[in-house]
Amino acid sequence: MEAEIQEFRDHISRYPPFDGLSDELLDEVAGAVEIAYFKAGTTIAERDGPVQALSYIRSGAVEVYRHNGQLSNRLGEGDIFGQLDLLRNRQVRYPVQAIEDTLIYRIPKPVFDHLCAEDEEFADFVELSGSSRLKSTVEQSQRDNDMIATPVRRLISRLPVMIEESATVQEAARLMTEHDVSSVLLIRPGDEEDSDRVFADADGRLWLLTGMITDKDLRQRIVAEGVSAQTPLSSISHGWLIAIQSSESVNEAMLTMLRNNIQRLPILHRRRPVGVVYLSDIVRYETNNSVYLVNNIFNRTSVKALARLTPEVRASFLRMVDEGANSRMIGAAMTSVGRSLMRRLVELAEAELGPPPVPYCFMVHGSLARNDQSITTDQDNAMVLHDDFEPKRHGDYFKELARFVSDGLNACGYPYCKGGIMATNDNWRQPLARWKAYFRDWIAKPDPQRLLHSSIFFDLEAVHGEERFVEELQDLIATQAKASPRFLAALARNALGRTPPLGFFRTFVLEQDGRHNNAINLKRRGIAPLNDVIRVHALGVGSRAQNGFERLDEISRAGALPAGQTDKLSYTLEFLSIVRMRHQAQEIKNDHEPDNAIQPEHVADSERHNLKEAFQILSNAQSFLRFRYPSPGR
Amino acid sequence: MLLRRKTRQAAPSWADYFTRQAQACKTPALKHLYAAGLPTEDSPIGEVPLVALDFETTGLNPREHAIVSIGLVPFDLRAIRPAAGRYWVVKPPRPLRAESIAIHRITHSEVEHAPPITAILDELLDALAGRLVVVHYRNIERPFLEAAVLVNRGERCLFPVIDTMELEARWERQGRLSGLKRLFGRQPPSIRLAASRARYGLPHYSSHHAKVDAIATAELFQAQMARHFRPNTPVSDLWI
Repeated sequence: MEAEIQEFRDHISRYPPFDGLSDELLDEVAGAVEIAYFKAGTTIAERDGPVQALSYIRSGAVEVYRHNGQLSNRLGEGDIFGQLDLLRNRQVRYPVQAIEDTLIYRIPKPVFDHLCAEDEEFADFVELSGSSRLKSTVEQSQRDNDMIATPVRRLISRLPVMIEESATVQEAARLMTEHDVSSVLLIRPGDEEDSDRVFADADGRLWLLTGMITDKDLRQRIVAEGVSAQTPLSSISHGWLIAIQSSESVNEAMLTMLRNNIQRLPILHRRRPVGVVYLSDIVRYETNNSVYLVNNIFNRTSVKALARLTPEVRASFLRMVDEGANSRMIGAAMTSVGRSLMRRLVELAEAELGPPPVPYCFMVHGSLARNDQSITTDQDNAMVLHDDFEPKRHGDYFKELARFVSDGLNACGYPYCKGGIMATNDNWRQPLARWKAYFRDWIAKPDPQRLLHSSIFFDLEAVHGEERFVEELQDLIATQAKASPRFLAALARNALGRTPPLGFFRTFVLEQDGRHNNAINLKRRGIAPLNDVIRVHALGVGSRAQNGFERLDEISRAGALPAGQTDKLSYTLEFLSIVRMRHQAQEIKNDHEPDNAIQPEHVADSERHNLKEAFQILSNAQSFLRFRYPSPGR
Repeated sequence: MLLRRKTRQAAPSWADYFTRQAQACKTPALKHLYAAGLPTEDSPIGEVPLVALDFETTGLNPREHAIVSIGLVPFDLRAIRPAAGRYWVVKPPRPLRAESIAIHRITHSEVEHAPPITAILDELLDALAGRLVVVHYRNIERPFLEAAVLVNRGERCLFPVIDTMELEARWERQGRLSGLKRLFGRQPPSIRLAASRARYGLPHYSSHHAKVDAIATAELFQAQMARHFRPNTPVSDLWI
């Protein structure tokens, strides 16, 4: 392939909708590109001008305007424009202007038409605009996940080490030592007709992948045979090589190794070698799953032993993210791990302190209640005691129990809640009747403090003990909140306090909390406000569900939102949650403490479109909430 | 600057030279190149067909060193058309030296199977015919091509070029302030291709591939025109 085509293609293939194209179509696009440069402030597409090509922004930024001259969109590197006019065979409807010095790659109409005809996903992408694009992204990742199969490329940890087969055995041994690997791939200069094993390196040079030499080969064929170390590698090569595509499943990779009685497998992306996977990688991978983890939790007999599971919890989280599981599945799995840990801690506490003097229920709030826990969360919990509770006689027991569990959770990687939402706080360790009085009071007389409590405690779920106590509280909330328009209006107003970072094209609105000065807090500016919005609607329809997705289902069934709106919110919740989880997984892989702070420059450009759109949907949902629950007196 | 421009205009015109060569030349490809003519000196740059040209060579001296690869791409101020461009690897008359391989990464085996330049010279001249040549640093492409034509065809080959490096030097090196800045020990800004491109917000390309560099040069020229000139600038303000 020509170097410049590779150059264009490497860029284009990183962005949707091109990232899913086949090799051949990508080559066709890259080979047909025409280039044009526009100084900042110049017009790229004039209204009613001709449209002969799809425009792809290689560098720079542009603004798209509506008929009335209003700004419709801002686009940056990797974005496309002109697709709708092309599809409809019409003239430029939305004029485009460069707001930075901009380099455009134009993809001529015949090539564009061919892409639409050949690739359904490409066609869908250019057909859809606005919110439907986010929807198709989420659906795509769910489809991927339905196949369960994890692609084997997830197991690759480094680039393959390669050597020309004309080199000597000694040179290979030296290279293997230098890179600390037990195998090298053999290559020789190839030409186009050669075979399906010909690939181009970064400089466009063609190579033929011919084989692999392992430690064992060096031992058996060189040292044991007394062959000279100056022998060329080609003379000891097997002359055959088993390899699989990086998109094949881990399962397929394992079967291939077993079937051929081999321990390592070169992985190809199309025809280019991208790594070597070892049988031991697969075995390690198979043992890190969350079912195994939950069983393990209940076998532990001390807080210390539980705390030692923390790395496994993280490994399990990483694995699910890497497998492409959706946020709902990961959230449910991590929640089940979190609750199991907590339940086990309560069991250990009861074993130490003796049986409780009166029945009680340990309950959780926040993500553990909503069934959407990610990897990093503070503890949010409280205790509901039987109404027979007498502080003087029973107080010490429950205080001690709360302390034991809270310290244990802290040791297991769930830090203390800074806001004191823990059963160790005397206020949050109360008899059922008192809790009911709290809740009634909060609903009847909402003030800022009570609203804050409502938004925390009204997500609640039992973890251990008398579950009916918590159910009674859930019933109370479901019936009374719905019947209290003033409360809902106040809660709605409260839900508008945190705004999504919408100035964020290039200049994301950043947190100013001293710690992440160049970051967006995805939880605070995205997921939490979205959960706030969903909670108000859920309470408004008397839902008892705690999980965001389940609440949206009930909101939709009750017809509380315009058609399609709950779907949009559901996609948005899924997208923001999974982006956050992927970010946290990446932090863990980089040996950082996982957090919620996303740095815009680290967001893949391809994801930026969707992120922007998700924040826009959230913002619209907040506007709708303001309209649906107007403040009294307005 | 004004002075320089005047001396250039005083030199015998390119148009006369082309007319004379079109009659005198024996080599058909050269004859064709000259007969295809040139835009007149007052032609607006926005209407002139251009071609960006780049060579990779084994060194800097056309008498000692040789061309190993050639890339070109036709363009104008509206669009650059890589698909219509060409790329050749050619076998130099002298063997490759290790240092130059390290630079352009064209290896022995690649060059071994390549044709000598004489085999592709006519195609190359044809691709240049009727277009104004744009290069980055004229002291490579022009002398090397002239030397190659002289050795293989026995005739001279000269034509005007637009040099994006020289254009860049006009603003970055010859402004009134730059002498002052240099007096105070400030390094003048680099006018090499990658550094010049960066000043116009152009992306980084992997360089030292003749066709990629030709495209990169064409993009730089479009950017220079967009920022410093207008499409109706006469070519005589630009060519050398």
